[in-house]
Amino acid sequence: MYDRQVRRRRAILFALVACCLVLITAYFGESSGGPLKSVQTGAMEVLAPIQEGANKALKPLRDLFGWFGDTWDAKDERDALRKERDQLLAEVTKLQGADAENDELRGLLEYSQNASLDAYAPVTAQVYSRSYSTWYSTIEINKGSSDGVRPDQPVINDVGLVGKVKSVSDGNAVVMLLSDADFGVSARALNADQPGIALPITGSRNELLFDLVPQAKKVREGDRIVTAGTITNDLPSPFPPDILIGTVRKVQGEGELERQIHVKPAADLRSLDFVRVLTKPAADSLASTTP
Amino acid sequence: MTTTWNAGAVARLFALGLAGGILQLTTVSQITVLGVPADLAPLLAASVGLLLGSVPGACFGFGLGLLMDTALAQTLGITSLVLLTAGYGAGRLRELRDPAHALVPVAVGAAATAVAMLGFTVMQFLLGVDAPVSVLLVRQIVLTIVLNTLLALPVYLVCRRVLAPLLPDDPRRRRRRAYTTGGLSPLSRA
Repeated sequence: MYDRQVRRRRAILFALVACCLVLITAYFGESSGGPLKSVQTGAMEVLAPIQEGANKALKPLRDLFGWFGDTWDAKDERDALRKERDQLLAEVTKLQGADAENDELRGLLEYSQNASLDAYAPVTAQVYSRSYSTWYSTIEINKGSSDGVRPDQPVINDVGLVGKVKSVSDGNAVVMLLSDADFGVSARALNADQPGIALPITGSRNELLFDLVPQAKKVREGDRIVTAGTITNDLPSPFPPDILIGTVRKVQGEGELERQIHVKPAADLRSLDFVRVLTKPAADSLASTTP
Repeated sequence: MTTTWNAGAVARLFALGLAGGILQLTTVSQITVLGVPADLAPLLAASVGLLLGSVPGACFGFGLGLLMDTALAQTLGITSLVLLTAGYGAGRLRELRDPAHALVPVAVGAAATAVAMLGFTVMQFLLGVDAPVSVLLVRQIVLTIVLNTLLALPVYLVCRRVLAPLLPDDPRRRRRRAYTTGGLSPLSRA
């Protein structure tokens, strides 16, 4: 009797482990339209309304915990803001002379930014679920292929780049965030005018690495990193140019080879409620090639 | 002393897994303490294992992992493998030692989280990681284990309440109930 129980237990364990290994192998090896991924997309379609409903129902609970967290952080934030205020007051005097010129330039910039964003046909979507794993940094949004959302389309929020669409089903989509281990985007440093690639640092959710920069010594703290867009027609980028990725937080290392440029993402990836998917990211390149 | 398995028992486990998974995805994952969210999945798998045994623990872990991988568009099978290990391990501890100390769920929860986090990391390294990996990963793993250790007891108590009809009668509990409902104490018969 006891032997039978042991055999049964071992058989079940073996079957489950074998099942896992088969799933991992099959999933890892198949293409993006493979049967397992199709099943996964179908299951996501079923789960999405449940998750969306639960997300709405449990929002007060999240807000309650958020309130505790905010209060906890408020003291540190107050001290930091006081210090920042003092610095800013000193800078205001210096900047007043350039104020008029600045206003004029900012107006032009905002105009051009708004115009180009509209050309990319942004679709606003609500975030209803997010990954909690260190290795998969993703969110799920309530817009999908029926709204024009397709894989690899860029996703932004009101301050900068958030990520790109990873997979899509009819009414929802999974967005791979900048901090996902598989993410990478061609970028350039605005002030230094240096190209490179913005990569995540696994384990450090709120930090990116600006890598493969030809003249890294030209990049300084505070430089803004933006998307490079399509540089050559042979390798079109899915990201439009000049979308803010983040700001250089620190530059480590002395020599050219060991220099590491750490970037703080402009978008707060930990608190995303609404994002915008640019459903026509190649609009500007089409415009420039059209006679 | 064994659990009777029927459709009701399976439905109860299914409901626990679905509710726990959705709570994790929609709420717990968005509440961070020191920049790290808690992970209810290993705690649920370990609690089920500790309450019902190794086979239910392993099956529950497998199913919950599959739900998580599906909902988050992750590689299918990784979370299942990790969680079934946690559920099976907790179940075997119950079957071999049957520990009675009140803090056992806390220790088991911490161990299950450590197994899940380290197992997941090892699996990811085995499958290949393109991006650079920061040392802060260790900090995240440690903080998640600490956070889950604090949550282990409440999660265990909730699981025990939900799964109460499936649990075999506890002789200690039965004795206590008989004594407090007005029955004669064995001492009074003497």
